[in-house]
Amino acid sequence: MIDAGLVEHFRRICGHEHVLTDRHELRTYESDGLRHYRSPPAVAILPASADEVRQVVRACHDARVPWVARGAGTGLSGGAIPVENGVLIVLTRLNRILEVDLDNQRVVVEPCVTNAAISKAVGPSHFYPPDPSSQVVSTIGGNVAENSGGLHCFKYGFTTNYVTGLEIVLSDGEVVTLGGKELDRPGYDLVGAFVGSEGTLGIATRITLRVVPEAEAHKTTVGYFESIEQAGQAVTDIVAAGMVPAAIEIMDKLTIEATESWTHAGYPLDVGAALIVELDGSEAECEARFGDVMEIYERNGATGTRVAQDENERALIWKARKAAFAAMGYVSPYYYVQDSVIPRTRLAEVLKRIDELSREYGFKVANVFHAGDGNLHPLVCYDARNAGELERAEELAGAIVVACVEAGGSITGEHGVGLDKKRHMTDMFSEQDLEAFQRLRCAFDAEQLANPDKVMPTPRLCGEVPGPYRKHPLEQAGVAERF
Amino acid sequence: MAPDADPRTETPSSPDEAGEVMRAAGAQGRRLRIRGGGTKSSWGTPTDPPDVVLSSERLDRVVEHNEGDLTAVLQGGVPLARAQEALADSDQMVALDPPLGNGDGATIGGVVATGDTGPLRHRYGAPRDLILGITVALTDGTVARAGGKVIKNVAGYDLAKLFTGSFGTLGLIVEVVMRLHPRPPRTVTVLGCSDDPDALGAAASAVAHSPFGPECLDVSWREETGEVMARFGGTAPDAGAAEVMVLLQQAGLEARLAGDDDDRWDRQRARQRSTDGAVVRVSGLASELPRVVRSAREVGASLVGRAGLGLSWMALGQAEAGELVSAIEEVRRRLHPFPCVVLDAPVEVREKVEVWGDDRAVPPLMRRVKTRFDPPGVCNPGIFVGGI
Repeated sequence: MIDAGLVEHFRRICGHEHVLTDRHELRTYESDGLRHYRSPPAVAILPASADEVRQVVRACHDARVPWVARGAGTGLSGGAIPVENGVLIVLTRLNRILEVDLDNQRVVVEPCVTNAAISKAVGPSHFYPPDPSSQVVSTIGGNVAENSGGLHCFKYGFTTNYVTGLEIVLSDGEVVTLGGKELDRPGYDLVGAFVGSEGTLGIATRITLRVVPEAEAHKTTVGYFESIEQAGQAVTDIVAAGMVPAAIEIMDKLTIEATESWTHAGYPLDVGAALIVELDGSEAECEARFGDVMEIYERNGATGTRVAQDENERALIWKARKAAFAAMGYVSPYYYVQDSVIPRTRLAEVLKRIDELSREYGFKVANVFHAGDGNLHPLVCYDARNAGELERAEELAGAIVVACVEAGGSITGEHGVGLDKKRHMTDMFSEQDLEAFQRLRCAFDAEQLANPDKVMPTPRLCGEVPGPYRKHPLEQAGVAERF
Repeated sequence: MAPDADPRTETPSSPDEAGEVMRAAGAQGRRLRIRGGGTKSSWGTPTDPPDVVLSSERLDRVVEHNEGDLTAVLQGGVPLARAQEALADSDQMVALDPPLGNGDGATIGGVVATGDTGPLRHRYGAPRDLILGITVALTDGTVARAGGKVIKNVAGYDLAKLFTGSFGTLGLIVEVVMRLHPRPPRTVTVLGCSDDPDALGAAASAVAHSPFGPECLDVSWREETGEVMARFGGTAPDAGAAEVMVLLQQAGLEARLAGDDDDRWDRQRARQRSTDGAVVRVSGLASELPRVVRSAREVGASLVGRAGLGLSWMALGQAEAGELVSAIEEVRRRLHPFPCVVLDAPVEVREKVEVWGDDRAVPPLMRRVKTRFDPPGVCNPGIFVGGI
């Protein structure tokens, strides 16, 4: 447990009301978007400023207490799940947009500004491209930690392509400024190394982002197909024709059924798959390519098509897609989602494998995915009220992850490894690879106090100082035993 | 300490052999210098000659070209031009066009290690934005892989970005996985001339903030006159070009179209290098472009720049070492606090200036990263920021 004196110290730093120790209050923070994992912290602290964050982290360091940083808690890999009996640093009060420098296409923010607020702050002339479906609530700090993607990655890239500068608090309380508004500052690209490090290298307290001009035109189309394979072939043809659409998304029949129940966006229920293709760019380029897309739909046997006639219809088409996860409740009481990636050319065979696994386990698996970049989102539908179903659903999801890695893909495209997929790290990486990762972690946090039990499949020490055996922080906190 | 013999050159031909060369250097404490095409070997802080040169010339296989997935796996020693040739058959490219990327020049490993870029950066980003995975060899013999072969992947730490731009000081880049892009079927370039730095800045800004999305947006300045250059690519590039021509005219520039534009862009990127003078790379801000151009004018330098990104390369012509040193210091004074890195320069100049700028700004964290990845400190020692 946390020493009472340390709790008092936190209260002196952040104020009495911003340090929570009541068991009922802490329940709010025991989980994140990976809801079937729970672990209440000993204390949750809500600092008001970067300097309070620094003082809290420093105090944790002096007491050798592990901690986890948390934003909105929408992450789907359990990255913000607390260390049991550790400290949870809740950053929700660091929510200011510090500077909008449109001349230089930069925005400087605190970590708990929401993703959607960035585009709002620079719109309508500019926008911030990474757009996870949770963007209305998910925060930039969390996006930086997870290197979040979204619907527009195929053309525009991920969070890491838009972060140019960071102020971070290291686990010993040191504050380091990395990068800035300028590009190519001399030195290692530690901004690039930090983005996607899942809260294990420190806390970003100030984030500088690049925004881009909104395109002249958008052309949003949907093709309906009898099978996912046909939709997949259409994607292949679009890419082979040299097009780089802003977004290419596929929803299967079950997903359409779920999302239509909620959003009533007008997707037909009798089709096997819907393929959404959004072109952007100059008016002339969109028009020229629009004809190509419609021809490819037809060539692949589309049973129907839809073209957004105005901005409202475009928004409606996307609303249905973005609601896919949340709408699953209409077809299944519980679901378990993975975000494995495959080389897109292996789509048909991996989908066949998922179908086989789905039958074998007796669970429905809905499919909705970023088809351009091969980022699947198989949603395993189960009922946790039935004994053993959660475990079997997890097992099925795990088998899907393995199938994706075997096809040359990745265990995670945008949700992060977190707690959820760390057991799969060895499916993708060798022991030498993991040791190389560990070098980076040790350079940032030799004591491994920052989000210690995430990402890596097994705890490992930094081994900098030769000498007597030192306890791993997790062991010290009584969470893990040496194995 | 001067070595008593020429350095030995090692030419490993496989990842394992590369690992062994690295391990041996680390174990014996022999200072190692990594060499690709040799086009940027003079960059960085001058050091004593190394004990061992590791040449990537035999790590030169195009391992995979996954056409449908828009990815390629390339060994570090593959010349960029040879990779581009192989990809061009499918109308694809690695969207990197740094100078000296022709023939047997720059290798993909060297381009990644230095983060060098050309005009295509405006649309497609830098090596850091296009690298998907990496295999590295470290000085304890470790051969490790990070990232993946798919265009979207967040598993594990992004060591590919860490090694990109690290100037070989952390280890050897054995292999990279790069994201590819389709080659635009047609390109057209719009040019706008003016001798007024403010007009050039305003014009570049108008294009950078416009919704027309050029592939390249550059500025050029020499002999008292300047140019904004915007290149459009695609199936219908003319419409965007026409719109931008109006923007340039509205900003007071004399604008025209240039259809056959390859040579023009070759010349533009070539001016990022110098064989007899000095080149200073300025990490500035787009809004400060007029100030950067005026600084170039006042020190008698020519300039090329990525106008929308705030990056400029200022070239000082051939001169006495002392004059070049004074000019570099003058540029830094005028452009403070923007980082001004000296790339090409005669060795006597690079010995007299801080090549990387103010080394006091290097956080201890960077040294810890170096120590973790290269504990014996033998990998390209001393050439990087802060003497790393």
